[in-house]
Amino acid sequence: MNAAWLPLTAIAASLLAAVIIFTLPEDARRLRTNINLLAAVIKITLVALMVRRVVQGDEAIFSFQIVGSIDFVLRADALGVMFAGLSSVLWLCTTVYAIGYLEGTANRKRFFGFFSLCVASTLGIALAGNLFTFLIFYEMLTLSTYPLVVHSGTDKALKAGRVYLRYTLTAGVVLLFGVVLLYSFTSEHSFASERGLGDYLGDHRTLLTFIFALLVGGFAVKAAMVPLHGWLPRAMVAPAPVSALLHAVAVVKAGAFGILRIIYDLYGIELSVELGVTTALAVAACITIIYGSLRAIAQQELKPRLAFSTISQVSYIVLGVSLFGPFGTIGALAHLLHQGLMKVTLFFCAGIYAEELGIHRIDEMNGAGKRMPLTSLAFTIGALGMIGLPPVAGFITKWYLGIGAIQAEMYWVVAVLVASSTLNAIYFLPIVHRLWFRVGPAHGHGTWPNEQRLGRLETHGWLLWPTVFTAVISLAAGLLAGLPFSPLDWATRVAVGEYLQ
Amino acid sequence: MTWRFGLVESTFTPLLTSHWALAAALCLPLLFGVLAAILPPRRMWPVALACPPILVAGLYLLTDTLHAGLLRWQWEFFGVSVALRLNGLSILLLLLTQWMGAAAALYTPGLLRISEPERFARWLWPLMGVVTSALSLAWLATDLLTLYIALEMMGLAAVAMLLLSGKAAALQAGMRYLLLTLVGSLAYLLGVALIVGYWGRLDLAGLAQVMEPGPVAWMAAALMGAGLALKAALFPLHGWLSPVHASAWTPVSALHAGLVVKASLFVLLQLWSLLLPDAFWAPRLIAWMGMLAIIWGGLIAWRAESLKTLVASSTVAQLGYLMVVFPLLIGPDTSPLARALAWEGFWLQLMGHALAKAAMFMSAGNLILATGETTLKGLAGTSRRLPLSLLVFGVASVTLMGLPPSAGFTAKWLLLHAMVVSQQWLAVAALLVGTLLTAAYIFRFFRYSFMETAPRQRYQPLAPGMDMIALCLALAAFVLGLLAHFPLELLQGGSA
Repeated sequence: MNAAWLPLTAIAASLLAAVIIFTLPEDARRLRTNINLLAAVIKITLVALMVRRVVQGDEAIFSFQIVGSIDFVLRADALGVMFAGLSSVLWLCTTVYAIGYLEGTANRKRFFGFFSLCVASTLGIALAGNLFTFLIFYEMLTLSTYPLVVHSGTDKALKAGRVYLRYTLTAGVVLLFGVVLLYSFTSEHSFASERGLGDYLGDHRTLLTFIFALLVGGFAVKAAMVPLHGWLPRAMVAPAPVSALLHAVAVVKAGAFGILRIIYDLYGIELSVELGVTTALAVAACITIIYGSLRAIAQQELKPRLAFSTISQVSYIVLGVSLFGPFGTIGALAHLLHQGLMKVTLFFCAGIYAEELGIHRIDEMNGAGKRMPLTSLAFTIGALGMIGLPPVAGFITKWYLGIGAIQAEMYWVVAVLVASSTLNAIYFLPIVHRLWFRVGPAHGHGTWPNEQRLGRLETHGWLLWPTVFTAVISLAAGLLAGLPFSPLDWATRVAVGEYLQ
Repeated sequence: MTWRFGLVESTFTPLLTSHWALAAALCLPLLFGVLAAILPPRRMWPVALACPPILVAGLYLLTDTLHAGLLRWQWEFFGVSVALRLNGLSILLLLLTQWMGAAAALYTPGLLRISEPERFARWLWPLMGVVTSALSLAWLATDLLTLYIALEMMGLAAVAMLLLSGKAAALQAGMRYLLLTLVGSLAYLLGVALIVGYWGRLDLAGLAQVMEPGPVAWMAAALMGAGLALKAALFPLHGWLSPVHASAWTPVSALHAGLVVKASLFVLLQLWSLLLPDAFWAPRLIAWMGMLAIIWGGLIAWRAESLKTLVASSTVAQLGYLMVVFPLLIGPDTSPLARALAWEGFWLQLMGHALAKAAMFMSAGNLILATGETTLKGLAGTSRRLPLSLLVFGVASVTLMGLPPSAGFTAKWLLLHAMVVSQQWLAVAALLVGTLLTAAYIFRFFRYSFMETAPRQRYQPLAPGMDMIALCLALAAFVLGLLAHFPLELLQGGSA
């Protein structure tokens, strides 16, 4: 019994939501909200069912033939449902947030339609069972995020959209070339293959390395690794929920997830180490981590600082993958989830500050903690997590990555981790300090740039509650990391599966 | 290659009902066209009533072909034997023609109602019927003369349709097209005359057996190739294409760019694989021209100011994709796997592009009709006010860009696979660069549409269904990518 309907309906849920939203009139606000929430809840339920199956040791698989020996395969394996779970939970949060955030603005139908498409593609990426299927959803993600990036229609947004496409479409072409090469020479592109590509090592060593470079190079653009990161800070002109979802979950994680799939499920860890590509990847990841942090310090606006922080943080995942050993893997996988939770929280907060108080620059944030205690608390949790302070989730990741580096005898990686944490502290702690310990408009000094009273609480409830929720989860993921189904526990399960093969 | 085109004897005699279905498929479009000229339909429903008999005939022929594999009809007229054949490939193209013809016909009443019909509007109907019938005949014909008749009917009817809109620019472009298509026919006829004079027969299957490579075959292939390339607007003989489309009516453009130019390409491929089965340079020449077409068409579309020029130039580039495949289909040194993949990819690309280009012309026509502007700049604000037309354009352009999960992507995958296997790296590069160029001009279009600086608020409302028909075509191209297995299974000589 392989329950083919399960992954299919999970994707269809958001796909169908997109279609319905596109057919509804622009002013059918309530109905659109209900459909959005209903689809999100259905999706979480379906992903939960898939998780249960994986626990029972039984993967849901859907497949049909496209042409020749190319199949469309959806497979809910442990790694896949991990990413699927993250995206579906955060989709619900972000949908709630976006409904509040965009209230009263134009083009909401277009926004939510493409938003749903984008989530459907993310889920497809998570559940894709071979490279061909992965490629389908990967490109779908590129296309469905473009209208979200240029949503405001301003000159700046259109320019950002152009840069975004230039990067991602070129990457898509490189990726396609890599996949076709790989498939033509080895007839192999499934993530479920037991043999891996080890058989080809003898004759095609250079070719395998070249293809690896093409594939990882293609994914590295979305994962925003230096020097392919240029699109991400520019894409910050998008509305806050887009920044939150795209840059915490969908786009950058899709790139990182692609690299995970290539190394673990296509090439296999042993082969990657044998080819010597992991060391190169580790160096690239370290450069990105340090560079991203340095650039983040230089940013005076909140969202660009978070964007550069994303560039730096996503590469932790890549770094963990390229450390040969179970601890590095666990760290990488756990960070995929942890970073998503924490970054989404931070972006939610940035959006709330911008909407409620008109704050965009960091030096305008003095004393915001008094005016908006819950939001500021959530921001503080996220920031501390990013730095890697216990007990927030980020600490767990860094701990495992450190152990992984020591076990792999790559001591310089530990130095990078320490340096990065210091840099994170340098760019996050001043913000936290401003929030809580500086006097500002809330204490009677000056005024907020553009204050609006959006709700009875410190801001609109639809904005506040998702933020608080993700902050609590990021805290819980760190505090309760030992419990079953915590991100760490699931990451360990996946890693054990990979290394026992 | 002859067996791939179904140019072999069939042991199976067609049933009586298949005769009727064939007659219906070939004659009904013509008949209904004439009927519509006498009683021009003002609404969509009379057209909707006329389409099912033709479509049912096509589907019946499909089931018949599925059973028999190959259907063959033969008649004697005054000592000349004429044969028609229906194999997997020709039934696919026949069905494509019928469904696209039906879509174009259904689109027309709404268009004519909105855009104050000119005096000649009623003549559009019989001409559309002629084009559909002639196209159907071209897919089925097995001898040079029938092919000539089909091409000539199609070409002249297409010229007449393009002239119908009656504007001065249309007349000028149309007369140039007429001249060129006649030159093309003349070159083709000269080739036929050479062949008849030397080998004394016209049927393709027979010719394939007696034909031997030599100066006569090369000369005939060159003449026919040049004539057909001119008719198919293959680079560098494409100059007439975009002026013609600039002023033509939307359904005419859709049929023309989607199918009419493809028919000449189909005949070209068919003739060359008979006349020049082992040619090395000729298909390569076509492929190099194809690479230039991809670049040139893409650049022209990128710089285009008017919407229709963009869509028409994109046809030039997309035909380039098909031209690049020629060395894999014709020539001595291609591995069977590469040839099979290229064969599948070629037809999938052709079908996907036909559907998507028709949809794109319709959506461009809708946008122009609704905004009253023909330039890209006039699109500002449309993403808010005409989302459906833009959606159609978007879905169609996914196929043109060859992004998943469209037919364009699956075709590109097959073609890239074939090219990698046969190590044609230049062609691989052309396909990949083409993707980026296509994306460049497509998203330039969308950038204009996302601008929120629209001064105007009033738009001409479209007739119901005009967007939906285009959407159906675009979605068909989209779904074809995922369900490519079913049509490709019909093709003989694929990799499946």
